[in-house]
Amino acid sequence: MNAPVSALTAQGAAAQACIDSRFTVPGMRCAGCIGKVERGLAAVPGVAAARVNFSARRVAVSHDPALTGDAIIEELRKLGFEAERAAENPLGRDDAETRRLLRALAVAGFGMMNIMLLSVSVWAGAGGETRELFHLLSALIAIPVIAYAGRPFFGSALMALRYRRTNMDVPISIGVLLATGMSLYETLTGGPHAYFDGAVMLLFFLLAGRVLDAMMRSRARSGIAALLGRMGRGAHVLEADGSTRYVEADRLAPGMIMLVAAGEALAADGEIVEGRTTVDSSMLTGESDPRPAGTGETIHAGMINLGNPVRVRVTAAAQDTALADIARLMDEAGQSRSRYVRIADKAARYYAPAVHSLAFLSFCGWMLAGAGLYKSLLIAVAVLIITCPCALGLAVPAAQVVAAGALMKRGLLIKDGSALERLAEVDEVLFDKTGTLTLGEPRPVDLTMLSPRQRSITLALAQASRHPLSRGLASALRGEGVEPATLDALSETAGHGMAGRWAGEEVALLRPEVEAGGLAVDLLVGGARTRIGFADLLRPDVRETLEQLRAQGIVSAIASGDRQAAVAQVARELGLFATAAMRPADKLALLERKAGQGRKVLMIGDGLNDGPALAGAHVSIAPGGASDVSQQAADAVFVGDRLMPVSMAIRVARATMRVVRQNFALAAIYNLFAVPLAIFGFVTPLLAAIAMSASSLIVVGNSLRVARAAGRQGA
Amino acid sequence: MTILGFLIPLALLMGLAGLGAFFWAMKSGQFEDLDGAANRILIDEDDDLDGNSNS
Repeated sequence: MNAPVSALTAQGAAAQACIDSRFTVPGMRCAGCIGKVERGLAAVPGVAAARVNFSARRVAVSHDPALTGDAIIEELRKLGFEAERAAENPLGRDDAETRRLLRALAVAGFGMMNIMLLSVSVWAGAGGETRELFHLLSALIAIPVIAYAGRPFFGSALMALRYRRTNMDVPISIGVLLATGMSLYETLTGGPHAYFDGAVMLLFFLLAGRVLDAMMRSRARSGIAALLGRMGRGAHVLEADGSTRYVEADRLAPGMIMLVAAGEALAADGEIVEGRTTVDSSMLTGESDPRPAGTGETIHAGMINLGNPVRVRVTAAAQDTALADIARLMDEAGQSRSRYVRIADKAARYYAPAVHSLAFLSFCGWMLAGAGLYKSLLIAVAVLIITCPCALGLAVPAAQVVAAGALMKRGLLIKDGSALERLAEVDEVLFDKTGTLTLGEPRPVDLTMLSPRQRSITLALAQASRHPLSRGLASALRGEGVEPATLDALSETAGHGMAGRWAGEEVALLRPEVEAGGLAVDLLVGGARTRIGFADLLRPDVRETLEQLRAQGIVSAIASGDRQAAVAQVARELGLFATAAMRPADKLALLERKAGQGRKVLMIGDGLNDGPALAGAHVSIAPGGASDVSQQAADAVFVGDRLMPVSMAIRVARATMRVVRQNFALAAIYNLFAVPLAIFGFVTPLLAAIAMSASSLIVVGNSLRVARAAGRQGA
Repeated sequence: MTILGFLIPLALLMGLAGLGAFFWAMKSGQFEDLDGAANRILIDEDDDLDGNSNS
């Protein structure tokens, strides 16, 4: 796996001591971004190689152990990409599953083609010795192929039988094994019919459905590890004798005094005992405004100290922190959703017993009619094979993969097929405010009063700081194509602002001395002060999206962790019902209350505090700018500044479910015609093969219509 | 008839070779990043992307 990385690592002798780290970089959009990230990281001292995996939006970096992950994230930020450390290989297990299925599919395809080649000759009239030779060859190919490609079904069927349940895999396994056994008997006794082609083709089509399904599923990743990764990994602790010692996060204990430097993430909850600072708590509360914190105040693990170094007495560590609580909530909330029964499983629950009884009844019927054990068994097998849930196995994944592909082209990534099923049922949408309805970071309201010279000075000052206002200012200016000026003597005073020197003049970006309404900074150039106001702007198409949702009969509301005043303003502006100042557990409780009333709620949120709600909602969507954790908890992620993908997703999901239902109907109609033929013993291997392929192809063809539906609606 | 004894094993061998090629391609990670491969075509050849630039 990941051969490109190891190949690159092997290039230099110096690379032998390198370690590999993985980062998720959701902001990569195009070839330019790949080049920028790989080239930019490779130029960093200590980095041996960087390789982007564009499909997974990840970058694997091989670097000197002395270079920390945070430093690399900082380098990526300088390149213009938000990044986050990824767990070692979150896709590992799902990946292995997809690979196993793909390999089985390849083997089944190989077997199917060769056996069909031989079968066609037999159908075309090859008789006598030639037929027997061909049957024997078919058997030689089919038996290892079935043994290999059938394992995913046999394993699952065995598991189901062991627990005295039945699933779709039970009739498949019985059908395939019986057909193979019968055909082998036919072959050895020189009989006229062999069903090897039917058995292998059945496996091939079903595996195709499984692979499609697994590809969708492999996008879903576990979120808990990444969540805990956000917490500081350790802290410098003050000993009794005044020396400091580095302690890992899980070794921290209440009562220890941590020294938290500026820019460091907290590793445990605690109370400030000395110093004043500002902390960025956006990850926990979703509020983008950094808040001041002084002696006696409680701050939580995961918050980032933006200002001065402080001393913090640990009050809760490791598994007791507020962050760990969120992780637990998310875990529990996610489990409640995993009980959702997928439509294919629902269908299988009724289908499997029906097929079994039908096959058994035809066996009994022919026995009673005096056809003999062999003939009766042959007909029972034919029934099992022809009613094979081939079309049924493809009905759901084919439509969902087409829908997911169409949505992905329009900026919405669906992580799980069942998400589409759940999206189609939605009747209420809950929006988080910050980062969802709004862009989530303070952006300057108006920059027109700045001269070009002032703009380039502002950008030079802003891009040197990690302060949220500076970040918003820098990204707005970069968006306008401003080039930064060259400054000397750049310095940042925490809690005060940035200062520098431009062509001999003092320039600075400062916190306003007089508290103005709302967020603002003062730009100081040559003694003149210019006030730049900030606001968290609404996404550009919020109104249209809400309008479209209303047209689809969906109720919208706001559930935010922000302050009452900030939420009320947006709610009034958009005419939505809103609840403010909600903690993660409150949001989850609200969702549970609504679920209790039978509402199917779509939750849209970005903050870490939305994590449990995203995991607990009937279905959830996170914006691409959301924290990695939220993206992992959500069923779908949309990219870009526009909110429209949300309403489009619901429409496409509904169209997909219509097609899925049609597919089931097609499969049922097919069975209606095919089953009587099988029961009355008219089915030859040729007929079975044609009927089976035809039904599968019709289902796949019908599924392709979803893409057209998405395209028409998306336009 | 004798030609079949030659052609059928040949067909099987060619099929097996294809299967082997697929397995090898999957094992060597060629399906890891399909979108990335499509995009990398657009990156200029002269750009040093193989990580040697910091030597």
